[in-house]
Amino acid sequence: MNIDFDQLRREGLAQVGAAADAPAVEQVRIDWLGKKGRITELFKQMGAMTPNARRAFGEEINAVKEALSQALEARAAEFNEAELSRRLASESIDVTLPGRGENAGGLHPVTRTMRRIESIFNAMGFETVEGPEIEDDWHNFQALNIPESHPARAMQDTFYLLNGARLLRTHTSPVQIRTMQTRKPPIRIICPGRVYRVDFDRTHSPMFHQVEGLYVAENVGLADLKYDLQKFLSLFFERDAEAMFRPSYFPFVEPGADVHMKWSQPGQADRWLELLGCGVVHPNVLNAVGIDPERYSGYAFGMGVERLAMLRYGVDDLRLFFNNDLRFLEQFR
Amino acid sequence: MVVAKILSAAPHPQAERLQVCEVDAGAERFSIVCGAANARAGILVPAALPGARLPGGKEIGRANLRGVDSAGMLCSAAELGLAEKSDGLLELDSHAKPGTPIEQHLALKDQLLNLELTPNRGDCLSIAGLARELAAIYDLQQTAPVMRPAVVSSYEQIEVVVEDAPACPHYTGRVITKLNPKARTPDWMRERLRRSGIRTIHPVVDVTNHVLLELGQPLHAFDRPSLRGNVRVRRARPGEKLKLLNDQVAELSTKDLLIADDSGPLVLAGVMGGAASGVSAATTSIFLESACFDPATIAGAGRRHKLLSDSRYRFERGVDPGLQRKALDRATVLIEEICGGDAGPITEVGRAPAHAATVRLRFPQVARLLGHEIPAREIPKLLSRLRIETQAESADTWLARIPSWRYDLRIEADLVEEIGRLYGYERIPARAYAAQLPRNPVPETQRPANALKDLLAARGFQEIVTYSFVDPKLQSQLDPAGASLALDNPIAETMAVMRTNLWSGLIATWQYNRQRQMTRAKLFELGACFAAEGEGLRESVHLGGLIAGNALSEQWGEKSRAADFYDAKADLVSMLPHGDTAFRFVAETHAALHPGQSARILHGDQAVGWLGALHPRLTQTLDLGSAPMLFEIDARVLLKVRLPAPEAVPELPHSRRDLALTVAEAISADQLISAVRDVGGPLLRSVTIFDVYRGAGLPPGNKSVALGLIFQDRSRTLSIQEIDAAVGEIAVNVSTKLGASVRSR
Repeated sequence: MNIDFDQLRREGLAQVGAAADAPAVEQVRIDWLGKKGRITELFKQMGAMTPNARRAFGEEINAVKEALSQALEARAAEFNEAELSRRLASESIDVTLPGRGENAGGLHPVTRTMRRIESIFNAMGFETVEGPEIEDDWHNFQALNIPESHPARAMQDTFYLLNGARLLRTHTSPVQIRTMQTRKPPIRIICPGRVYRVDFDRTHSPMFHQVEGLYVAENVGLADLKYDLQKFLSLFFERDAEAMFRPSYFPFVEPGADVHMKWSQPGQADRWLELLGCGVVHPNVLNAVGIDPERYSGYAFGMGVERLAMLRYGVDDLRLFFNNDLRFLEQFR
Repeated sequence: MVVAKILSAAPHPQAERLQVCEVDAGAERFSIVCGAANARAGILVPAALPGARLPGGKEIGRANLRGVDSAGMLCSAAELGLAEKSDGLLELDSHAKPGTPIEQHLALKDQLLNLELTPNRGDCLSIAGLARELAAIYDLQQTAPVMRPAVVSSYEQIEVVVEDAPACPHYTGRVITKLNPKARTPDWMRERLRRSGIRTIHPVVDVTNHVLLELGQPLHAFDRPSLRGNVRVRRARPGEKLKLLNDQVAELSTKDLLIADDSGPLVLAGVMGGAASGVSAATTSIFLESACFDPATIAGAGRRHKLLSDSRYRFERGVDPGLQRKALDRATVLIEEICGGDAGPITEVGRAPAHAATVRLRFPQVARLLGHEIPAREIPKLLSRLRIETQAESADTWLARIPSWRYDLRIEADLVEEIGRLYGYERIPARAYAAQLPRNPVPETQRPANALKDLLAARGFQEIVTYSFVDPKLQSQLDPAGASLALDNPIAETMAVMRTNLWSGLIATWQYNRQRQMTRAKLFELGACFAAEGEGLRESVHLGGLIAGNALSEQWGEKSRAADFYDAKADLVSMLPHGDTAFRFVAETHAALHPGQSARILHGDQAVGWLGALHPRLTQTLDLGSAPMLFEIDARVLLKVRLPAPEAVPELPHSRRDLALTVAEAISADQLISAVRDVGGPLLRSVTIFDVYRGAGLPPGNKSVALGLIFQDRSRTLSIQEIDAAVGEIAVNVSTKLGASVRSR
């Protein structure tokens, strides 16, 4: 049998080349390599050949088949690629349209500030402790060396409940008292929370937030307090805070101090701002909670959260924090 | 601007209310037209001559007032900027020299200092006390004011009986007679009082106020003729009353300390004088009191009767018990200078102590409490600046004698503070130290409250912080069953009760923002709530939320739809501790919630919160447009979380079967699921409701609920027969228990 294999290859490749789309390529494949395709038919004739003729024929026909297969695959891939490109082009979207679903909410600036204060003190080894907001006179005043007739009571005008039997805590110091009653030194805590005083104007709110701190251990003194508070102020304001400790008076500390910080704003003269009160824990306070002041000493401090938030974020009206105008709050996200 | 004497005052020819005054202004005489009613010949007044400038900036020139030339203006105190308002010309001392610049005559070149003193430093509530303190701080010599003794020129005396010596450790007083009732307080004293914010009242009262400012000793002058018999310092008797200077009638109690005479109470000691026994314009003889009272007694009386006075302010902070005689003499001299009169000898009861306390000071304690060692030899020097005498008791201990005015120094720590501040806090170096740290880690099963806040913020909620005291009206609408705790002394009617739940604050905040064009809000607050309980109260931290407006903010990709119960429920459920199966939502009505859309939240058998839509009636009353969704839950149950205890991840595939059931509307999802679970056995791993359908194809009053059931065994692959049997059993159970029929499976 005489077959012109070159002619056969040319003819097959020409048909592959002429196929205009993917189905046409498939038709060529069926025509040539399918069950009844021309190449398949040629393979079937090999059975009647002599071994030598069969080998020679087989090599030739296999070469043609291989060439056709490759050409078919390449042609099909071309059409697939073109098809994919068309699909991709039709599927493109406007990536500048906003995303779908819920937007994130946010935390109140007081929470935000309080967390920042807490995280700094936590990193300095202070544990966060909380306590009740409605207190009794003993925890809020007497244990803190503020007896009933003490004029310092007028410094913190108090809300009373149950005909004077209870009060809204005027500071978070009662939490310090409760902690010292139940734990032994070393005690190193901060007490964040709401406090209440009868006062209402641009710079005073009947409710505000405080973070107080207490460190009671052996040989704790004013110098340690200075170190910790200077450190805190520098970390909180992210600057090398220049702090000034000025003698002051709080019944529960002796010696007592106010801490002022140098406040520099571009275009403004430097000011000293009073930021917080502090001091060495008064021996009467330690005695009230059963801690021996001869063995242990400690320091305490207290700061207003809103005051720090106002300075940090440049807010000049305290009332903004409690109006809860979403246009204000959303700026703290 | 000079002192001018009015020589004559004649009516203005053209104007009824005006006068034409001839004035002597020292070097020259002027004719000035004046409208003040008190303009009259003989008085000395300030005159603004042409070229003078008033405090407001107005320049005075020559003027013609209705045909009469006026060379300037005669001035009132207000025109000089010395008073808010005044009627008439400022009349000056009769011995003032015409032509003297006003600035010089009234010594106006001065500085006003506003001092805020801490309550422990009552000793600085006077010029002398401040000078003493400044001398100590800056280590300067204090120049003591020259005070000459009073001239005693009469024998008249009143006997004083102090019945309560602890409350009145020292009492002095004297009678001064033959006072000139026409005397006038001189300009220099008027000016000093004015600058200290004290009104000029009567020469004697002005003197007592002056001495109060100068030395810090409150004095009281009684009208001598109104005293009957002896003066007594005693406690009030039950039922006694006293009409005070401010016309308030004080109902006295046995805690009140009085100055009384034989006829009854005269003065609420150290706090306020009585209306009947005070000096008046006609007074010609007085009994002048200079006493020292116990701070607690005075503070108590002041608080009980709600009286504020300069006297109370000082006595409750403590007045130097060594000051009374000196102050009495000083006042006597000033009264003699201004009003004349004959002073009698001093009556004195009790004794001025030489010094306050003696305090033991141990040298090591100074270094311990300050954290810095101040050389031992410096310490007595520092203390001596405060006139504290030290005497060495041993090698490192001193005995410190505190002067009488420093009653605030009682213990060693007080002295350490004095040493520290005089040495200078700024000289105490900050000390980096190794903190003695306690170990109290937070248990892992205690979720921080901050985690809840973050979770809600991530779900689109904005945190708010509202007052813990709320409007009782709003609260009673939102929580009529709550036991509100009222404040004894609220700051406003709308802040009068402690909140029993967080909804008042959430709703008020939504109202506020809605009025400012906000159309949607998701708000939450975490905070303490309070309720009366028996004799006492209960305080617990709640988490509350509000969703108002659409479920999602306005956007192109989702159909807009009002937020409903299930949106709020999803948010709430996202906060429940993972794996805690004790939570249940039970349909129950709440006065503030829509009766068909409210659920009580149970944890085990404990009611821990509410979830629902605000009642339409309240929505309307509160003008909220559409009903917001509300939830509130006791935060405690959200903060207790379990320690994760994961089981092995199954290696074998699970099998899923879907089951659509037709069931009466009244049957709840919870009922269906528990009927499924009751017979599902351990192979049934989970049940999901993936569709609820109402409408065509269903019998009226029925709904179709589609359940996705997942079956799995950890050790083997389940056979189809096993699963079919389980589903069959489930179908039978929901049918017999709940009347549900299988629609498809």
